[in-house]
Amino acid sequence: MLSIIKHSNLLKTVINIGTLLTLIVAISVSISFGTTDIPVKTVWQAIFSYDAEVTSHQVVQQLRLPRAVSAALIGAFLSVSGALMQGMTRNPLASPSIMGVTDGAAFALVIMLAFFPTVSNFGLTIASFIGAGLAVALIFTIGSFSAGGLTPIKLALAGVAIATMLRSISSIFSLHFQLEKEMGFWLAGGLSGTNWKSVQILLISGIIGLTIALFLAKSITVLSLGEDMATNLGQNNLLIKVLGIISILVLTGGAVSVAGAIGFVGLIVPHITRFIMGTDYKWIIPSSALFGALLLVLSDVVSRLINAPFETPVGAITSIIGVPFFLYLARTSGGGNK
Amino acid sequence: MNRSTGIKHKKFFWISILLTALIIIMFFISLSMGVIPISPKEVLDTLLWNGTDQQNLVLFEFRLPGILLAILIGAALAISGVILQGITQNELADPGIMGINTGAGLAVVLFIFFFQDSLPATNTLSAFIMPFAAFTGALLAAVLIYTLAWKKGVSPIRLVLVGIGINAGFSAFITIFQLKMDPQDYRQATIWLSGDIWNANWNAVFALLPWIILLVPLALHKADTLNVLTLGDDLASGLGASVEKDRRTLLLLAVALAGVAVAAGGAIAFLGLVVPHIARKIIGPLHQYIIPISTLIGALLLLAADTIGKNLLSPTEIPVGIIVSILSAPYFVYLLMKAK
Repeated sequence: MLSIIKHSNLLKTVINIGTLLTLIVAISVSISFGTTDIPVKTVWQAIFSYDAEVTSHQVVQQLRLPRAVSAALIGAFLSVSGALMQGMTRNPLASPSIMGVTDGAAFALVIMLAFFPTVSNFGLTIASFIGAGLAVALIFTIGSFSAGGLTPIKLALAGVAIATMLRSISSIFSLHFQLEKEMGFWLAGGLSGTNWKSVQILLISGIIGLTIALFLAKSITVLSLGEDMATNLGQNNLLIKVLGIISILVLTGGAVSVAGAIGFVGLIVPHITRFIMGTDYKWIIPSSALFGALLLVLSDVVSRLINAPFETPVGAITSIIGVPFFLYLARTSGGGNK
Repeated sequence: MNRSTGIKHKKFFWISILLTALIIIMFFISLSMGVIPISPKEVLDTLLWNGTDQQNLVLFEFRLPGILLAILIGAALAISGVILQGITQNELADPGIMGINTGAGLAVVLFIFFFQDSLPATNTLSAFIMPFAAFTGALLAAVLIYTLAWKKGVSPIRLVLVGIGINAGFSAFITIFQLKMDPQDYRQATIWLSGDIWNANWNAVFALLPWIILLVPLALHKADTLNVLTLGDDLASGLGASVEKDRRTLLLLAVALAGVAVAAGGAIAFLGLVVPHIARKIIGPLHQYIIPISTLIGALLLLAADTIGKNLLSPTEIPVGIIVSILSAPYFVYLLMKAK
């Protein structure tokens, strides 16, 4: 069955359209659930024939719609970042949270808030790009100086070390400048603060990041077969890697600046996508975006139901889903043969 | 052979004296520093029962228990790290990285969650039950990690990788339960997870002390077994060791030490990783020497980190685990870069 899918573009298209439709249903469900449940019918009315007099319409338009849209976009961004990382490094454990990228972004955000409390949302987003870049630079430095290169296991361990380090420094700043709440929010990863401004930021980073990602898709497919092969085919690997990293930083930075460090989405979604869609990144990137969006929208619904009326940070939910998967990867591919 | 052993013994003796002296100096520095400064001479006077009421209160009720806890926790984590690195033949092993600390943390959080109404966290009885809860959680985590890493034997690398995963999973559960206890308060969860000597009172000291008195000599008693296990499974069974049984016993010991340390100090990472390395650098590979030296270094490091954390940005107190991480994460990265 799966091998049929892998060889049929028609079936792949059908799966993508199916996922898109499921996503729309999931977003409607996400909007209708909440402190007061709003029937799906009212949700559709609120979106397509908005009446400012009706409270439930306001709730939908001002709170729940931007939140659901943000969840979808963030899930998509993190998954595409993960897919790019795994494709470029041929490392099954590569992903934004494992590599400390999300912690780097959170680190920069805390520093900005500590020293420039009046910083604008846009400034925060830029800061989180830079922080994410810092973490990536650290990881690659460790990789290039270490004996035997950056194996999957070393990558995971280096990521843990970098993440712990950056997180510790952030904690000191947040304790001293009384930013524990913001800090805790970013560490746990939450969607409760999202509004239309967040969607705006996400759309800007999405247009830049996803365009580059789609544009690179074919080259990443070649690169994922091995660097030598790619060089032999006349591909400029350095340029592709630089562009890939820019795309990763823009997508991850945008996502973290809005919702904090949501772990494991970028790790598991690309694996699931490859399992279904095969090895061609022309398909992996758009499908990762769709699957990731669906996963995070559903996780967000769970995070609001599990301890109602209080919200659980969505990052805790994605961790609980993601850990078994990580363990499976650790047993099969990460830990060597012995 | 005999002569070189004699020289080693002499070196061991002097290094122990030096480390003990450093701990005593640090002890006085730590006692005298704080929001209310007390000069070292006044500290000495107060310890000899000649202090003012205020000095008595500050030293005996606030600073002294915290300092003693730091020493005990540092020692426990260091020995736990020595044992873990010995039995897994893995120089990157550490109760923090491997998720054993987080397992203990989860058990403590669950304990507080279910019994907070009947037994407040500061209550004497719960201070003594807490280490048992932490030990159970740590043991559960260790069994889980060992089972999941088992695939015709346990490869050191897979053990650490599985540990990272378990760590992340337990952290997520801790977050969820912390929020259930007090939905508005993220602070406690953050501090607990980064490691903090949070409940520094005499009850906590007396709850931890018997465990240390019991477990440290046990670890020393097992030093020879550790020496044999470090040679590798094949050689060890060749020498007549029952490898798996010894490894399980020692694992239990390491888990107990980490668990009781976490009950008092939260999830302090990297200390158990770094200290054994320093000790091996100083004194060589024999565990008869490594264990006592690590105990002293661990106590000294955690006491120093605790003092830095309390005074660096005073009056803001930085959890001790954060200071330890910042000091030792770079060393971990260095080890990682060296490893093949």
